[in-house]
Amino acid sequence: MLDHFLVRAVLGAVGVAFAAAPLGVFVVWRRMAYFGDATAHAAILGVALALAASVPVFAGTLLVSLGMAFAVAGLTKRGVGADMVLGVASHAALAFGLVAVTLVEGPRLDLQAYLFGDILAVGKTDLALIWGGAILVWILMVWRWQAMLLATLSPDLAYASSVDPEREKQVLMLALALVVAVAIKIVGALLIGALLIIPAAAARPFARTPEQMVIGAVGLGVCAALLGLWGAWEFDTPAGPSIVCAAAVIFAISTIFGRKSHS
Amino acid sequence: MIPLIQARELLVKRGSTQILRDVDFQIAPREIVTVVGPNGSGKSTLLKALIGAVPIAQGKVTRKTGLRLGYVPQSLQIDPSLPMTVGRFLNLPRKSPRAERDLALAEAGAEDLADRQLTDLSGGQFQRALLARALLNRPELLLLDEPTTGLDQPGQAAFYRRIETVREQLGCAVLMVSHDLHVVMSASDRVICVNGHICCEGHPEVVAQAKEYRALFGSGTGGALALYRHQHSHDHDDSCDHAHGEQT
Repeated sequence: MLDHFLVRAVLGAVGVAFAAAPLGVFVVWRRMAYFGDATAHAAILGVALALAASVPVFAGTLLVSLGMAFAVAGLTKRGVGADMVLGVASHAALAFGLVAVTLVEGPRLDLQAYLFGDILAVGKTDLALIWGGAILVWILMVWRWQAMLLATLSPDLAYASSVDPEREKQVLMLALALVVAVAIKIVGALLIGALLIIPAAAARPFARTPEQMVIGAVGLGVCAALLGLWGAWEFDTPAGPSIVCAAAVIFAISTIFGRKSHS
Repeated sequence: MIPLIQARELLVKRGSTQILRDVDFQIAPREIVTVVGPNGSGKSTLLKALIGAVPIAQGKVTRKTGLRLGYVPQSLQIDPSLPMTVGRFLNLPRKSPRAERDLALAEAGAEDLADRQLTDLSGGQFQRALLARALLNRPELLLLDEPTTGLDQPGQAAFYRRIETVREQLGCAVLMVSHDLHVVMSASDRVICVNGHICCEGHPEVVAQAKEYRALFGSGTGGALALYRHQHSHDHDDSCDHAHGEQT
């Protein structure tokens, strides 16, 4: 069954939607959209370094994304304007990544694959990495869920309950880097942020608790993945952007219905 | 008597600025202590240092082993993208049995708020939800950081009366930051006047006469203190939030 490329593509896309959901909600709640982008863009640089050092791309993207996350978090904590630091880091990482990849691979390289994903080329090893990564992300998030929620709500309340919000932030960054490394093959570095935020945002109008919002984000994310893949197959469009388009349409519908059900 | 929490020669810095220095502080079981001081004087920082939320540059904070504390922060900025009912909020970071949650909600006067979204609450309702969460673990020490910010005067009076009732029921100590001088003075066993360090402390009447205190707050508060004492016998119902046209 796994021998058919479409089956692998579907499983890959669903795996990424599954991994992105529990992190996406935190990215939304903590207003880390730009932070997620910076981490994702750094993955391109990770690809270049991995190719140069002949190590697996997964390892390269994971390490560089993680490094980026901690570097940016460290800088913003020291009182430098967060928005400014993220703006610099996000674009600089992307530009350096693109230059580095071209230097390593030569101009014949298909940059599109790293920017927008290459879902139809997903192999069995990629699938194993995607689902292994997704399961690891879920283990981390379930383990730290309560503490992370409290730290997101109020660092002071967290301290008063003997929860260290800094530690929770580090776990979150680790999980974020994992999702980036898992997702780059499917949607590419440019659109990982969209896959994190849009399903979570689409789930918001129907959720009364944080848990409901995660479950909604999983469901809508998987829907977007399947719809997007079907669209890509039907209209011969690139798969990664098609998935994000599907997610955006779902978000629009959810927002309209959410408004109505409130009034 | 063993103090619940004790600070010795505390120094707290933000960057290279000293926020608090030479702070010696302790609070005994059942004691009600109020921290007063001008804006930016380090009142909130003192509370945060005691719960471990700000790093301490020098000195030491020791707690009674196994101290149960409840903390009510000044305010919370909750992102509207985060769905959270009051009932769910009470289950952070540990899930509590239904009966305990209901009890804490009732004690805080928030029994009808369990299913409401945190972002939909009025200022007074939000404070009661925060108080309910602080009461969940039956605290021996209740820390309140300007808990009535944003409440109108009847709302403030009602909240403080509620704190008194809670203290009688639980027998806990209360450490409160406030700048509602007249409200605070009457109920406290001890007042600490902070302005970067502890300027003066003692019984409310003594502190109100101290020259350090008068230099910070002027001498007009004596009259306000008397005024509040009269107010104290007034009967304001807790449903004062109705004045804003809200459902409680």
